[in-house]
Amino acid sequence: MIQLLDADGVRRDHPDYPLSISDGELRELYRDLVLVRRIDTEATALQRQGELGLWASLAGQEGAQIGAGRALRSQDYVFPTYREHGVAWCRDIDPVHILELFRGVSLAGGWDPSAHNMNLYTLVIGSQTLHSVGFAMGVVRDGMVGSGDTAADTAVLACFGDGATSQGDTNEAFVWAAASNLPVVFFCQNNQWAISEPVEKQSRVPLYQRAAGFGFPGVRVDGNDVLACLAVTRRALDDARSGQGPTLIEAYTYRMEAHTTSDDPTRYRNADEVARWAARDPIDRLRKHLDSRGLLDARFLDSVGEQSEQLAVRLRAATRAMPEPDPLSAFDHVYAEQTAELAQQRGQMREFLDSLEEVG
Amino acid sequence: MAAHIRGPEPVSMVQALNEALRSSLEDDPKVLLMGEDIGALGGVFRVTAGLAKDFGEARVVDTPLGEAGIIGAAVGLAMRGYRPVCEIQFDGFVFPAVDQLVTQVAKLRNRSRGLLSMPITVRIPFGGGIGAIEHHSESPEAYFAHTPGLKVVAPSTPADAFAMLRQAIASDDPVIFLEPKRRYWDKGVVDWTALAAPLHAAAVLVTGSDVTLVGYGPTVRTCLDASVVAAQEGRSVEVIDLRSISPLDTSTVVESVRRTGRLVIATEAHASFGPASELAARVQEQAFYSLEAPVLRVTGYDTPYPPSRIEEDWLPNMDRILDAIDRSLAY
Ligand SMILES: Cc1ncc(C[n+]2csc(CCOP(=O)(O)OP(=O)(O)O)c2C)c(N)n1
Repeated sequence: MIQLLDADGVRRDHPDYPLSISDGELRELYRDLVLVRRIDTEATALQRQGELGLWASLAGQEGAQIGAGRALRSQDYVFPTYREHGVAWCRDIDPVHILELFRGVSLAGGWDPSAHNMNLYTLVIGSQTLHSVGFAMGVVRDGMVGSGDTAADTAVLACFGDGATSQGDTNEAFVWAAASNLPVVFFCQNNQWAISEPVEKQSRVPLYQRAAGFGFPGVRVDGNDVLACLAVTRRALDDARSGQGPTLIEAYTYRMEAHTTSDDPTRYRNADEVARWAARDPIDRLRKHLDSRGLLDARFLDSVGEQSEQLAVRLRAATRAMPEPDPLSAFDHVYAEQTAELAQQRGQMREFLDSLEEVG
Repeated sequence: MAAHIRGPEPVSMVQALNEALRSSLEDDPKVLLMGEDIGALGGVFRVTAGLAKDFGEARVVDTPLGEAGIIGAAVGLAMRGYRPVCEIQFDGFVFPAVDQLVTQVAKLRNRSRGLLSMPITVRIPFGGGIGAIEHHSESPEAYFAHTPGLKVVAPSTPADAFAMLRQAIASDDPVIFLEPKRRYWDKGVVDWTALAAPLHAAAVLVTGSDVTLVGYGPTVRTCLDASVVAAQEGRSVEVIDLRSISPLDTSTVVESVRRTGRLVIATEAHASFGPASELAARVQEQAFYSLEAPVLRVTGYDTPYPPSRIEEDWLPNMDRILDAIDRSLAY
């Protein structure tokens, strides 16, 4: 397992994954981690207050997501699951969009995928891995692999969980990416659980070893080590962009919270396990490292704290202020052009809703 | 194994389904359950709660995450003499399994000229109204009812849930068993020993003379509520619970329409090419001269299921049903 920062925050080198990173960049990673955790705790609180219908927490996976997210170049493209709040943060997607989805005022959050080079969240397990493959086929056809132009060469990051590795779509995506040597990085966050099923129910071998059978490299990285995730993903993306084909990254991490706010993990896992992983917290680890290097001065910490507080206040206010959707909006964008029969149904709904208003 | 809660007090549909699974496991050693999170967790809706503990992991199988796998493996188990009861976690996640269902499960009896049978039950929580995110509120019954070889049923009460699930499991045909998740927590009395009505028979729940109102699964409760409100306005509504979508008990509905002359059908499924349309077609074929008004469908609209904040306006709610009753009677 690739690690560049151990659980005590001590920096290690790895011959295959050299990482030169400035003090400023280290502090920015820390800022990212703290802020995405704040999004998560705020969203969880909003769900408890009834402001959101549901929330899928990323707690524990911040290191994996910020590491991978910050390894991306702007032209790279991401295909997320429903838990990729940290990656979305790195793609400059306003978390308010994500809250819209979980509040139930929009179906899929509604950011513009091409403006952020990140597709909408995909809830159907495994589906997005095949979309990554097709997107990468397009990238190859457009001549944007191995051209040597660092601003043009493009990689595709396919995010999924350990459970998703059992899905047919995911395995087909592996086959396709290998067969055509596509510029896809398969980024699997093994958070040990697929709802109530431990990863052992999905696989008898460590997940990264699956790649070998498909014919491309697989690597396991400490998913709670943001530096290792950054270095490993950066290298895999470089390989993809330069025409060396796909890589499977298994970011070994842990889902600290319930699967979603609807789930009750006490039914299937014990507190000891959770406590063991709490001791490997990705934020604590980087904090210790920064601290040991004297990079955590009060001014920096205050600025992060303040930014985090402002973010939380903004998310709360924005969630409460979200306009209720118009029921008629269900009829928008079903087809490129509204069909006559759908227009008629829309008219019926409008008439009916108007008649209710008249009755009072 | 001792009966758990099989007493006279009302139980929820979840408990009734749990008892049906439990008693089927007890009665037939060839019955086994397969699905995602159905073991230790007891399913995301707790329908299988306690069963893995009581019957063991060999009979209550937490499968790898893959719906094609669940249904494809059920085919092989069925060929080996087992009676698999599969759980699909949510309606919107059955689609990876549709190939296995449509090309294999539905057709193997026919392809083998009767040498093979597929006694497979596929339980799917379906329908909306629970404030869920995308893919968790769909009504996919038309896809399956459109597939020769599959049977499709949907209970509306705990009593039917218990009886119909036992019958579905005992059936030698594959049954898509749709559970109205919005009604999971509604309670009702179950007569645990009663001889069940035939699995594919519709039931007249309320007799009436002005208009026939038909639903199944989640809309039955709404239809009953609508009939009470309509009665206050002096309208006598006959309410029929279809119970089975395929085969469809047309004659019970036709017999009713011959008396009332009017028919309103309420389903959450999309209107076009849906179960309500099929029933409307059959009724006009068989009771044309009895009809005093066009058959009216109150359904989910022909759009993708909308965000939960507007689902109540999209669904066939009581106001929409009452409006259709008015329109039918005014015709
Ligand atoms: C095709 C499909 N089947 C079932 C589900 C229900 N479901 C939602 S999340 C989940 C577990 C996913 O586990 P994993 O891939 O490890 O990702 P994690 O949620 O742990 O991030 C399941 C079974 C789904 N969303 N899609």
